[in-house]
Amino acid sequence: MTNDRTDDYAKPLPAQDGLAKQFYAWCKRGDLRFQRCSGCDAWRHVPREMCALCGSFEWTWERSSGRGAVFSWTTVARPMHPAFANDVPYAPVVVEMEEGVRLVSEVLDCSPDELQIGMPVALAFDHVTPDVTLPKFRRA
Amino acid sequence: MTHRNKAAIAGIGQTEFSKDSGRSTLHMALEAILQALDDAGLAVEDVDAVVKMGANDDIFEIDLLRSLNLPNLRYFNEVPHGGGAACGTIAGATAAVVAGMADVVVTFRSLNERSERRFGESSVGGGLTHWRQYNLPHGLVTPAQWVAIFGQRYLHEFGYTTEELGHVSVLTRKHAATNPHAMMYERPITMDEHQNSRWISEPLRLLDCCLDTDGACAAIVVSAEKAKQLRSTPAYIAAAAQGTGSRAEMMTSYQRKSLAHLEESEATAKELYRVAELGPKDIDVIEIYDPFTPMVLMQLEAYGFAELGKSPALFHSGRLELDGDLPFNTHGGHLGEGYLHGFGHIVEGVRQIRGTAVNQPDGVNTCLVSSGVGVPTSGVILSKEPY
Repeated sequence: MTNDRTDDYAKPLPAQDGLAKQFYAWCKRGDLRFQRCSGCDAWRHVPREMCALCGSFEWTWERSSGRGAVFSWTTVARPMHPAFANDVPYAPVVVEMEEGVRLVSEVLDCSPDELQIGMPVALAFDHVTPDVTLPKFRRA
Repeated sequence: MTHRNKAAIAGIGQTEFSKDSGRSTLHMALEAILQALDDAGLAVEDVDAVVKMGANDDIFEIDLLRSLNLPNLRYFNEVPHGGGAACGTIAGATAAVVAGMADVVVTFRSLNERSERRFGESSVGGGLTHWRQYNLPHGLVTPAQWVAIFGQRYLHEFGYTTEELGHVSVLTRKHAATNPHAMMYERPITMDEHQNSRWISEPLRLLDCCLDTDGACAAIVVSAEKAKQLRSTPAYIAAAAQGTGSRAEMMTSYQRKSLAHLEESEATAKELYRVAELGPKDIDVIEIYDPFTPMVLMQLEAYGFAELGKSPALFHSGRLELDGDLPFNTHGGHLGEGYLHGFGHIVEGVRQIRGTAVNQPDGVNTCLVSSGVGVPTSGVILSKEPY
């Protein structure tokens, strides 16, 4: 885990409304969980009320293994948001989790030019503000 | 029963494209609409419907109605999903005309996208909602970045380098270079210039990205019968359609199985060809929505002009040149003429059917126009004859 930051954190943050409140509440407790449909067992992300595969409204929050692999990424060279101006180049990644769902995130210990599609990664939470913990990754 | 060739675009209008229009989006929209009505030989009093694109132009319908003093409006609608809505306004207008709910439908787009609100820049803070609260906190905040994720997968899965993106940009700029209306008139680029332009969000360089532009376009849709009696040569709407894909988000549909093809565009293509009773081989000219170069390659495949993963070869073949058998983005597209959220592609499609474009190939009978990508989208096939 990385260190807690102070309230000068200027990057965009989740409203944590609706189901996102539950998703991020689990993250804050150090637990990455995704919805899993009670009707057809399918994992899903981002959180939704209804399973698009079987139509069930029933689901539970199930713990992820925390393991995944880089599915895609982009190296941002030109910051298009002021809060990221000092970070360039930085690389948002899409991680495909073992459960099959994908998560937009970052790989904390990997420079953008070392990223590769298929690179295995493991969960590492980042407590960016007292209220928000973001799921991030390290090389596995 | 389909709507095939039952409606037509009877008038088009377009302001200059620039970096600073010096006037409001409402002002420009009105100019383009009046020009389009004049082009059709119609008066403001003839207008009885408006179908507009939603979001981002700051034009409240009330202001538009008040300005034009439209006394006879009986149908109005707004199509969501940004640039995905452009041809969707034509689809909505066609539906209204064919259903007998309107006679003369105004459609338009007006943006001060360079001098006022640039879509490529973001300053969002706390309070992100919907899917954005999972993506944007990680610095994936604007369209170029969202699309780059798809582009990376496309290049990876089919083993291409960014030179294939460069070919898209070079050809589009070549066509813009001979279009006096284009932002990049007389400014063609080389592959070296593409490869040496600065990174924006890998694999996208500056010259893979559309041009922030101020301007407006408009088109008037009427029934085929009415169009025949009007001043300008009709561009018959052989088909107009909208399309969606699975697990959709606004440009970040990363949960779907493949990110190397465009489900929304494939769905739109299927419906267009069904209604028009045509296939890709029957299309003479294509005006493809080009926000970022990878999306052009993926659309050429979605619309059936190449097999999955094979569209880069089209740019090596010469077929997409003005003297080829499938001229592409004849006006210079978003990369060279200017970014009007797909509406510049529609008015160019009409000029191609009329035979009046500045880059006019011979013998154009059909033109396919596509709209925004990575979002619920739309397209039209225009025809010279109501076959």
